[in-house]
Amino acid sequence: MSAVVRFLVRRMLLTIPVLLGVATLVFSLIHLVPGDPAQAMLGDGAAPQDIAELRSNLGLDRPLPAQYVAFLRSAFTGDLGTSFRTGQPVTQMIAERVPATAELALGAMAVAVVLAIPLGIVGAVWRRTLADHAAMTFSLAGISIPNFWLGPILAIVFSVELGWLPVSGRGTLAHLVLPAVSLGLALAAILARMTRASLLDELGELYVRAARARGVSPAGAVLGHAMRNSLIPLVTIVALQFGAVLTGAVITETIFAWPGIGRLLIQSIGFRDYPLVQGCILLIAVTYVTVNLITDLLYGVLDPRIRLE
Amino acid sequence: MMRLGLIIVVTIVAAALLAPWLLPWDPSFQDLPNRLQGPTWAHWFGLDELGRDILARVLLGARVSLLVGTIVVGVSSVAGMVIGAVSGYYGGRIDQVIGRVMDVLMAFPGMLLAIALVAVLGPSLTNVVLALALIGWVGYARLVRGQVLRAREFEYVVAARALGASTARLLIRHVMPTALPPVMVQATLGMAGAMLSEAALSFLGLGVQPPTPSWGTMINGGRVHLLDAPHLTIFPGLCLAVVVLGFNFLGDGLRDAVDPKK
Repeated sequence: MSAVVRFLVRRMLLTIPVLLGVATLVFSLIHLVPGDPAQAMLGDGAAPQDIAELRSNLGLDRPLPAQYVAFLRSAFTGDLGTSFRTGQPVTQMIAERVPATAELALGAMAVAVVLAIPLGIVGAVWRRTLADHAAMTFSLAGISIPNFWLGPILAIVFSVELGWLPVSGRGTLAHLVLPAVSLGLALAAILARMTRASLLDELGELYVRAARARGVSPAGAVLGHAMRNSLIPLVTIVALQFGAVLTGAVITETIFAWPGIGRLLIQSIGFRDYPLVQGCILLIAVTYVTVNLITDLLYGVLDPRIRLE
Repeated sequence: MMRLGLIIVVTIVAAALLAPWLLPWDPSFQDLPNRLQGPTWAHWFGLDELGRDILARVLLGARVSLLVGTIVVGVSSVAGMVIGAVSGYYGGRIDQVIGRVMDVLMAFPGMLLAIALVAVLGPSLTNVVLALALIGWVGYARLVRGQVLRAREFEYVVAARALGASTARLLIRHVMPTALPPVMVQATLGMAGAMLSEAALSFLGLGVQPPTPSWGTMINGGRVHLLDAPHLTIFPGLCLAVVVLGFNFLGDGLRDAVDPKK
């Protein structure tokens, strides 16, 4: 077996216990509800027979090990139960929201990359100048500004005052702009810092000096040589930050009434629809693990040093 | 930048601590006839939907935010240091078990697990602290584990072990001091993270419950009046952003100060 295949198989096998742990933690959630989960879902005034029926529907009347095995089996087959509020299958409800969240996440990441790369280049090329300080201060400010505050402020300026963009909902590209900027700014800030650091490392390498000695222009040396190599670690950072984007989407979708999984999660929490809460959390966590796995695999294929670790 | 961060943090901490003596306004006093009034000389940040002074409530909110940050960082850093030290020093099966637990907790993106925990435990300040500490220790444990793995091979540690020093003494006196500088950096940045997370959870209605003032709750409450009274949203958010920026400046400066490569 070649080193690449061995690395791919080993990395994929290592994901199995993590996914099992994630499923176990998500299964435990409903059992962390203080008191009886069925009582909590139906409210204090619920009739005992209704509570008993719900307990039976949720499988809570069975022994814990049996509940656990049934949960794992169902989750593995994509059956996440039925929503307590709507009676619809949880998987179907989540599937209907996936495109909206994917659109928002990709939009935010696009905003982040478009903002971060020029800022990082400015910071690295004009290191320790006013431009560098300005770029990095903007970057730290981006990390510090909460998206649940930035969102409403952007809405005031661009929707209410200027009337350029719609304030909420989904449909056209114009609807995507404010949520994507609000969600992508923090990621842009992190990426700009990483771009600067990564590019600074590369600019100190001999091959960049050699390129300059051969008469390559400063811009050519940065963009044509150093930048290409500094992009490899950035891909990893983008993937690692995908989790932050997913969590941020929970808030951004709530602010802009964006019909994605994050909004569904918050609505299900409000209704104490625990099967739906579990489904949303499980899906987001599994997506995150999968994205990290794919990134690791790609990185391992691209960089032989990773395979040897 | 580090100095600016320190000034911001010290100012906010002092203002929060001295709030009851600094302000002429009772944060719960309701001036209903003047509700939603914008900033004036008497009320610098204006009045909220119940006619309460926003500056007074922002300063009380700062107390909540700083308290949550301090407890979360305190609990998670101590727990993370102990777990990371044990994991790194003993290695073997203990290290593997702790490693798998950390892998699972890190499989959940950022605050998602906190949202899930608070959702099932119920919205309250205590549950916010519990949830944030429960996910917060992992970062410290990974950091300390790495440092301990390195430090346990240092000659002076090997010598102390050969001289008969107990494991506890080795860890506390010889190994852990090498891990403290990066832990301090992480704790400073962790304050910013914990304060942001508390505000986010409160914004979602899962954290501090009204009438206790919290920056997240105030921003959420202000959304209803975004068009007629934006100052309800602007000031609490601005304060949160400035404090978080202060802690980030401080953390960044500390990191540069303890990094031998700089």
